[in-house]
Amino acid sequence: MEILEELLYSKDHEWARQENGEVIEGITDYAQSELSDIVYIELPEEGIEVRKGEAIGTIEAVKTVSDLCAVLSGTIIEVNKELEDHPELINKDPYDAGWIVRIKVGDPEELGTLMEASEYKDLISME
Amino acid sequence: MKKTPLYEEHIKLNGRMVDFADFKMPVQYSSIINEVKGVRESVGIFDVSHMGEIEISGSYALNFVNWITTNDASILKLWQVQYTTMLYPEGGIVDDLLVYRLPDSYLLVVNATNREKDFNWIINNKRGNVDIEDRGDDYFQIAVQGPLTLDVIKRITLKDPSDLPFYWAKEEFISGNKVLISRTGYTGEDGFEIYGDSPLGMKIWDIVMDAGETINTHIVPCGLGARDILRLEVGYCLYGNDITKETTPLEAGLSWLVKMNKGDFIGKESLIKQEEEGFGRKLIGMRLESKSIPRHGYPIYKEGEKIGEITSGTHSPTLNYPIAMGYVEKPFHKKGTKLEIEIRKKMIEGEVVSLPFWKNGSIKR
Repeated sequence: MEILEELLYSKDHEWARQENGEVIEGITDYAQSELSDIVYIELPEEGIEVRKGEAIGTIEAVKTVSDLCAVLSGTIIEVNKELEDHPELINKDPYDAGWIVRIKVGDPEELGTLMEASEYKDLISME
Repeated sequence: MKKTPLYEEHIKLNGRMVDFADFKMPVQYSSIINEVKGVRESVGIFDVSHMGEIEISGSYALNFVNWITTNDASILKLWQVQYTTMLYPEGGIVDDLLVYRLPDSYLLVVNATNREKDFNWIINNKRGNVDIEDRGDDYFQIAVQGPLTLDVIKRITLKDPSDLPFYWAKEEFISGNKVLISRTGYTGEDGFEIYGDSPLGMKIWDIVMDAGETINTHIVPCGLGARDILRLEVGYCLYGNDITKETTPLEAGLSWLVKMNKGDFIGKESLIKQEEEGFGRKLIGMRLESKSIPRHGYPIYKEGEKIGEITSGTHSPTLNYPIAMGYVEKPFHKKGTKLEIEIRKKMIEGEVVSLPFWKNGSIKR
């Protein structure tokens, strides 16, 4: 299971990559592996305000369906449109081509509530 | 939790193990979609040893089988196989099953989830001079399914099974080991199911896999996830979802399994009554316009009014759109009817289509 050192993680198995006051969000390698065979993702609209932990989309895998939650509060400024036709990118490359949304961070202090890689590693080793 | 004779094989293959019907079973090995594709295009191999086998013998065996099942077992020739149902007196379904006519007995192959229930049901309805034996743990069962299956099987059996017709079985030898093979399956593709003594399971699995390698035919190990999609793509019912104690074979579109003119059987009166009085709902197939996946339990609407419920649904990897089966009130069961399915508070349009969804399987009828 790949966990990248430079990312932050939520307990809902999303990752966040910081980039100049914005974060890119995706789901972790663990999450994609648990879901497996993702066939459809319902993406949020660009421009909407979201709150941390709120369901902003839906990930449909063959066997199950899962909410996509906002990793932080803020504004959705971009969604990965590639995923509309190729949702399997999340399975194949969860930390790069399979990124899901870009959020303009509303409250930078919330970053502190996310987990470092080592903490996230502990979390999934318990599941 | 019980383990099938193939358990070690699943671990070796890194199968994702789940609890199913008292067994540790692989839900998938690599990817469900790849496993489905393997069966549609080449060959897939499944451990289905969790299925139950109940053997009925004795001088009254045929009459007894005909009493507890809806299809006519008396037309079975030696080594012939029949798909049938067992009913409650009220007409609901106890189970759907296969009946094999063997030289000295009838072998009933039942759903894993119903093993104990079926055995008790059969014992409690015992009539005449019959022996009823639960053989579920004695046998392994391996399904080999897909358009190229015959090429594999004919390499490992003593005699070429090419001429074995659909729904016939025979005794065979694989590397000197006695097995029962039948031209049956749950995928809509050509294929065989192999039964034998449990301790031989691992060995037979390996022999099948090796044969595939020898002739350069890729054999994909498949888990329960792929098995469920494959059967749904060809409109086969799954007990517990599409057929239950609450549904009759007539409602489920399985009236071809009911032979009213064969004499008395459990549930017959209720079915005659239902046939005469008519019934209000029907199991149908539906195709969805969106990409959202309909799943078991989702409600079906017509112009805002709830008229039914999804019993099985999935994204079809073969057809590349969502498909579902479910019960709807008449007359909304008619082909071409537009319906709506509620998926997470959104109404998604669907259309009633004929079954099977996937019509190009390699199955030899």
